Amino acid sequence: MNDLDDLYQEMILDHSKRPRNFLAMEDATGQANGHNPLCGDRVTIFVKLAEGKIDSVSFTGAGCAISTASASILTEVLRGKTPQEAEAIFDLFHDLVTGKTHQLPGDPTLAKLEVFSGVSEFPVRVKCASLAWHTLIAALKAGPNIVTTE
Amino acid sequence: MSNPTTLSNVYDVGHIRAQFPILSREVYKKPLVYLDNAATTHKPNAVLDAEMRFYKDINSNVHRGVHRLSQDATVAMEKAREKMQAFLGAAYPEEIIWVRGATEAINLVAATFGRSHVKAGDRVLISHMEHHSNIVPWQLLCEQVGAHLDVIPMNSAGELLLDRFHDLLTPRTRILALSHVSNALGTVNPVKAMTEAAHKAGAVVLLDGAQAVPHQVVNVRDLNCDFYALSGHKMYGPTGIGVLYGRRALLEKMPPYQGGGDMIASVTFEKTTYNTLPHKFEAGTPNIAGAIGLGAAADWMTDIGISAIAQHEAELLHYATEQLLSIPGLTVRGTAREKASVVSFTLSDAHPHDIGTIVDRAGVAIRAGHHCAQPVMDFFGVPATARASFAAYNTREEVDILVQSLRRVQEMFAS
Repeated sequence: MNDLDDLYQEMILDHSKRPRNFLAMEDATGQANGHNPLCGDRVTIFVKLAEGKIDSVSFTGAGCAISTASASILTEVLRGKTPQEAEAIFDLFHDLVTGKTHQLPGDPTLAKLEVFSGVSEFPVRVKCASLAWHTLIAALKAGPNIVTTE
Repeated sequence: MSNPTTLSNVYDVGHIRAQFPILSREVYKKPLVYLDNAATTHKPNAVLDAEMRFYKDINSNVHRGVHRLSQDATVAMEKAREKMQAFLGAAYPEEIIWVRGATEAINLVAATFGRSHVKAGDRVLISHMEHHSNIVPWQLLCEQVGAHLDVIPMNSAGELLLDRFHDLLTPRTRILALSHVSNALGTVNPVKAMTEAAHKAGAVVLLDGAQAVPHQVVNVRDLNCDFYALSGHKMYGPTGIGVLYGRRALLEKMPPYQGGGDMIASVTFEKTTYNTLPHKFEAGTPNIAGAIGLGAAADWMTDIGISAIAQHEAELLHYATEQLLSIPGLTVRGTAREKASVVSFTLSDAHPHDIGTIVDRAGVAIRAGHHCAQPVMDFFGVPATARASFAAYNTREEVDILVQSLRRVQEMFAS
């Protein structure tokens, strides 16, 4: 059961049961809907940009523990980053959950994301972990229009 | 019917398991506990050998060659058709049409009977618990011809509301398309009585039997339905083969489905005349090996005894339901009085995908998702459920392993 403990780490379970920034944002500068039609997971990401940087991120939706925790932790680590930095972090995150890397370099705020390294042992769950990220990228590009990513 | 005690005494599940090579494999170094039989069942040696024998001994095309192998292949496939005729209690072998599965069977009826008999303003009646394959073909048909789709509602146990059904049967209702057994809930619908009522209202009846044939004796003449759809792979047969049963008089009147070889009598550029039944609906080279394998699966089920399988599964269903309900926070979705051996459930706040992943690592295969029945999920207000479904080879010990692994889920997700 070691793989399972790696996947469902305490922090992931905690964020899935008590998601942070779990609310619709009134003054978002961009938002997007993400949907995984295979498993029915749905997430809406709200993002507010100020002076070229991410001021805040929030989300709503329903999904499995992995997708909920991923969205919740995402809202915490991206504050103060530029959209370009956010995209670069997603690339690193993607390498992490697909097993291409096991550690995230530099920036200590990103260390939190390493709890998702266990996902790489569960290839069918990579989509769960990355749904919120795909949706965030769409929200950053969307402006005030709602876009849907599948 | 023999008495149940005798049946369970002679039902030797060990002997049955020994006929399924895949059941001896391990996953994650644990014995495989396969409880995803409503998605597909495993195949006994009798089926695997029949397919292999076809390719090794008589592989050739059917209905074409004068040579020996082609004759043997044709005889073997037509014998399989007769086996399916007997299995379903159909009157004639040509009422058995080979298709890829229940999905294609339903699409065939919607595209041929539907498009020639359903007009603008007519109505098609389905139920709330249909698989997407018995919803979307009818939606497509209704869009194409300007007909209306009506839906029989259900109650919280997952039983159809028969009063509402009778209200929805109108003089304009052309087709009732109904699952015999629900894949998401296990509900066995009272299809015989509903068929009778639909006929009185002048409608033609298609029954989706994909989830019924693995679990009970089906006789299409007794049910008196007009069409019956099934998939081979859910009844211990190969994938990619299924049957559409159609009443001969209706099949004769219907236009062909696909055009091509085998479905024609003669072709010129001015006019093509169609072949006789069943070939009119079987354009192109059929899945010959699959058909032969399906015939072997029907024989295998008949040899074991479909009533004996049903009795064994009913006992497992009862035991599993009891054991699952002992887990705190577990809710069974679908509690109809008449049920096949399918248990859909949710567990507190644990998402079914997390449940599926966690029990998988204990070697247990269950389904997690919407089961291609999103309206059923919406009805219960859940995005998905976990589903355990039992077959002839499952055991109480396997139910115990499932329950044990679910207790771990429960611990992990307890707030």
